[in-house]
Amino acid sequence: MHTGRVAALPRANVDTDQIIPKQFLKRIERTGFGPSLFFDWRYLADGSPDPAFELNRPDARGASILLAGHNFGCGSSREHAPWALADYGFRAIIAPSFADIFHGNCCQNGLLPVTLSEKAVQQLFHRAESATDGYELTVDLMTTIVRDARGFESAFAIDAYRRDMLLQGLDEIGRTLRHEPEIAAFESARS
Amino acid sequence: MEPRTLFDKVWEAHVVTNRFAGVRDDGGPVLLYVDLHLVHEVTSPQAFEGLRLAGRGVRRPDLTLATVDHNVSTGDRGLPVADQVAALQLATLASNAREAGIELHDLDSPDQGIVHVIGPELGATRPGSVIVCGDSHTSTHGAFGALAVGIGTSEVEHVLATQCIVQSRPRTMEVRFTGTPQAGVGAKDLILALIRRLGTAGGSGYVLEYTGDAIRALSMEGRMTVCNMSIEAGARAGMIAPDETTFEFLASRPRSPRGEAWDRAVEAWRMLASDPDARYDHAVVIDSAALGPQVTWGTNPGMTAEITERVPHPSDAPSDAERQSYHRALEYMDLRPGTPLEGLRVDRVFLGSCTNGRLSDLREAAGVARGRRVASGVRAMVVPGSQRVKAAAEAEGLDRVFLEAGFEWRNPGCSMCLGMNEDILAPGERCASTSNRNFEGRQGRGGRTHLMSPAMAAAAAIEGCLVDVRGVVRGRG
Repeated sequence: MHTGRVAALPRANVDTDQIIPKQFLKRIERTGFGPSLFFDWRYLADGSPDPAFELNRPDARGASILLAGHNFGCGSSREHAPWALADYGFRAIIAPSFADIFHGNCCQNGLLPVTLSEKAVQQLFHRAESATDGYELTVDLMTTIVRDARGFESAFAIDAYRRDMLLQGLDEIGRTLRHEPEIAAFESARS
Repeated sequence: MEPRTLFDKVWEAHVVTNRFAGVRDDGGPVLLYVDLHLVHEVTSPQAFEGLRLAGRGVRRPDLTLATVDHNVSTGDRGLPVADQVAALQLATLASNAREAGIELHDLDSPDQGIVHVIGPELGATRPGSVIVCGDSHTSTHGAFGALAVGIGTSEVEHVLATQCIVQSRPRTMEVRFTGTPQAGVGAKDLILALIRRLGTAGGSGYVLEYTGDAIRALSMEGRMTVCNMSIEAGARAGMIAPDETTFEFLASRPRSPRGEAWDRAVEAWRMLASDPDARYDHAVVIDSAALGPQVTWGTNPGMTAEITERVPHPSDAPSDAERQSYHRALEYMDLRPGTPLEGLRVDRVFLGSCTNGRLSDLREAAGVARGRRVASGVRAMVVPGSQRVKAAAEAEGLDRVFLEAGFEWRNPGCSMCLGMNEDILAPGERCASTSNRNFEGRQGRGGRTHLMSPAMAAAAAIEGCLVDVRGVVRGRG
């Protein structure tokens, strides 16, 4: 269960090129991408933060839950996108839909993608907008429920396998290697 | 037996276990065997590092093939790599490949090129196989009747360690292109028209199978262009059943089977086509004869129109959510609703990428450029998809055609498709591009990308503006 401040990014089809532009993909580490998150949107040409960008608003400071429009994370398969979001401090992303590869990449990094209906997400945008000094949500993976302190509550769907993996923090490679005999049998049947 | 689709056949032949991690086969993920794992410098270093930290090795280096493409310079290959961060990434792949025993086509290899160009040209891409790569345009290889999916770096590590991938079964969508396209309308126009129809998320959760007369008539290069952009409709993969065109392309490729083994392979590949009564979860039909050349006007590949159309108004958007996107896109692209697309001035032209960097693409563009000159004030570059493409193009004199017309003729790589190297747009520059993504800043911060076919891009270079290539070719007389 996680409770945290919400940053609202009411844009649809946010692609991974926006989440982490290509000039930052040359690094060979998994960490340190947070300062480059949403780089072209977040900073002006002189390098100072763009006050008009949603994440730079005072009420989004310290946010750990990102609220966004549909098809979030479309485009490039770069896992640098969830690395940057997690490194910035996000623990969950709520949107009406996610791009396939991005969704998988988030789960691999303990960043929870929460799919709610378009209507529920619109309602959350309104609530976030009208909360003057920051808006908080609780995301409970155990009960698969999102709620706020003022009566909003909505269940979200996530497949059982992903949920287990996130809850138990299991190493997927380790899981697969338990099937070593089947993999070996598959290989020998084909050779 | 139930009639099966091409996808069903490939999927079912690769399930290692459908009781993966104790999950029953009720829509949960299965473990799928991977026949070919393509690796490049940008999405692999953290995966190899992960293996090292866990004390794991690479299970099947023989089923893994690596090259460098994303961050490489397209300039003089005789010079050392100037960008030190890129140089480290390249050196990291070289040492990882050496250590694991993986075949690498490095900067000095005659087979270096964009990973999705070299797989097919080496014959590593095979019908009926499962192919993965840490790159979303892996869907390209589906043109051969392979199930080819883009994956993230954690999954790259997983495949290196286990030669398997965890996948939940996608739904299937038949995309049937009927009829015969007009002259000047090709594979790029078919796929852009489809993405316009479906939107950038319309294919989410699906594997698309392209069928119909217009697909059968395409060359393998054209089919790769179509499958390449499946991901731009949000699809997991795109596939085309193999046929004589496929076999002819693969015959005598370096890695293709020979002699009796070839005959047996072709016999098996012929069985892959979807059964006549196979059912898809969804179907779309597009009349290819009714399509004109397509060009994007906005900041995602769904924002497409015919060259004869005008820049749309936000009120034309299919939904409220999209209306906001239209507003932003028009502002970013510096376009006013109602402006004719034809006649928009361009500063740059990019011919290349895994979408349109193959020999037939260069021929198509050269056919338009031959005997003409790039408009003054326009910088146009041609970046072949691979060293083999470059050599073949030079052997038939295409480099001369481009150079005499005022295009730059460069070395292979992803180049300005994503601008990880020095090939980028300056802020505000407008580019006619044969690549696959027109996202904000994709080709350089503040750059404005219009996606189109190689013929359309070449015509834009000559005219200095977006133009209907049908008129340019007719004008030749």
